[in-house]
Amino acid sequence: MSAAVTTTRAALPASALANSATITARNLRRLTRVPTLIAFATVQPILFVLLFTYGFGGAIHPPRVERYIDYLLPGIFILSIGFGASQTGVAIAEDLATGMIDRFRSLPITGSAVLIGRIAADAIRNLLVIALIIGVGSLIGFRFHAGPAAALAAVALAVGVGLAFSSTNALLGLIIRDAESAGLAGLFPVIILVFTSSALVPTETMPSWLEAFANVNPITVSVDALRALCLGGPTATAVAKALAWNATILAITVPLASRRYQRATAA
Amino acid sequence: MSAQPAITAVGLRKRFGSVEALAGIDLEATAGTALALLGPNGAGKTTTVRILTTLLRPDEGRAQIVGRDVVREPAAVRRLIGLSGQYAAVDGFLTGRENLRMIGRLYGLDRRSARRRADELLEQVGLARAAQRTTRTYSGGMRRRLDLAASLVAEPAVLFLDEPTTGLDPHGRLGIWQLLDELKAKGRTLLLTTQDMSEAERLADSILVIDDGRVIAGGTVEQLKRQIGGDRIELGAAPGDDPAPLAEALVSLAAGTATVDRAAGRIVLPVSDGPAVFPELAERLAAANLRVSDLALRRPTLEDVFLALTGDHRQPGAGAEHDGRPTESSIDGRGSS
Repeated sequence: MSAAVTTTRAALPASALANSATITARNLRRLTRVPTLIAFATVQPILFVLLFTYGFGGAIHPPRVERYIDYLLPGIFILSIGFGASQTGVAIAEDLATGMIDRFRSLPITGSAVLIGRIAADAIRNLLVIALIIGVGSLIGFRFHAGPAAALAAVALAVGVGLAFSSTNALLGLIIRDAESAGLAGLFPVIILVFTSSALVPTETMPSWLEAFANVNPITVSVDALRALCLGGPTATAVAKALAWNATILAITVPLASRRYQRATAA
Repeated sequence: MSAQPAITAVGLRKRFGSVEALAGIDLEATAGTALALLGPNGAGKTTTVRILTTLLRPDEGRAQIVGRDVVREPAAVRRLIGLSGQYAAVDGFLTGRENLRMIGRLYGLDRRSARRRADELLEQVGLARAAQRTTRTYSGGMRRRLDLAASLVAEPAVLFLDEPTTGLDPHGRLGIWQLLDELKAKGRTLLLTTQDMSEAERLADSILVIDDGRVIAGGTVEQLKRQIGGDRIELGAAPGDDPAPLAEALVSLAAGTATVDRAAGRIVLPVSDGPAVFPELAERLAAANLRVSDLALRRPTLEDVFLALTGDHRQPGAGAEHDGRPTESSIDGRGSS
């Protein structure tokens, strides 16, 4: 028997970027194959557009807006992204439970590749979801009112808000470790924050204590910025506030999630 | 053969809250050999593997893989090792081929090399025909073989296998054993964990018996077998008969601690050379006019190993609990604790 220690065909260390792309591709592939993920990315946003437009549209007449759907759609961007992001926590918790994360961590790749690959795949999904919402919305009357540049900026900002949601849910998945609980933990805050925000209805009609909360709620801040970009009017302050909120969330959750990841192993 | 150790660990300790998972583990595996860690659930086998594969940091102690320190040089260690676990860590929604290509790409293989390596490995582990199926549709044995293939993508010098056959049916288990035989023949260093004495004996050159985070015995398979007494003869008393007279008549044939299970009406005798004892055993049964319902010669189980090493008779899987069953007794003066 000869010593075999030297026979390793250790490939060159791939770049962190290439590794992130490989993980992104894996997550996108799952997106096309896992039934819940397909539903969260297609059926759900379409239902949100139709249900809220036809269910609420007749009763809600936000100030300074002609049609409710123009007011609604930026809210639906965030609602759909927020609900979809709960699946990120589920996926991470599943990867932990099935030993996938043990496998990734035993490979000579940087830990950040797994988290970046997760968040990047979510961003691509969110881009498709927003395109779908705009497409369905346009069929029933939605229009951008501030020109193509502002419209593109709105899409970019929505994807940016999605990064904060993804990284928060990745952290939840790593902490909670149980897939179902992680999914619920991602969903409940979104439900509460969406219904106490300007996402679906104007905050002016809320009781004053709730209105005060709604006005600092990060979802209100994000949706107001999106709405400014979609409907026209002053945008600078609103967008700056939204960027600040989401950058803060990322600055907190990304380092915590990477630290957790470096120590995460299956049960 | 070169005597350079492929795996060394000295004084590994790890605590999780109030539980001391490892209380000082030393081990060494020579390059090109297979080392088995044998022990029940909760003994510390998986924790040891996780420390050696850089997934966990030890609280104390040091470990090296081919001279690279697992704590200070984790990236270098990860390039030398492959890890295959009891979970079969493959993505159920990817096909077998997609799983292996992904791992190849993560190791830095270019697209074409990753594809070629995936196909080679699928062939090697007998999954070429299932390459296009998502792994959710695989049997447990197939998933485990794919998981093993995933750990072989970069042709690692040292392979860690955490309970590679737990939960598999006999057919699936044999498939894994044959693959591990091939890897051994190619000179890979293997460290495997198991709860099964016969698996350790079948695959390993040396065995460490681990319990409560400590090594309680170790050596080559032959040394360990000598220590635990080789074969076991198991007899069942005729229905309704007390097994005690059987035990009395036969206990002097035993090479270690004999056990009597009154409730089940069975006795177990460790013997150094089973077949050689049978004529004498038959004579004694005839002389004392004792009837048996069955009589079997078998290899020692994990339970037997523990009984022989510690006098502590427990079910594998009972973790760290020490509740001896009241209907059982040992007879050779050593008494069970």
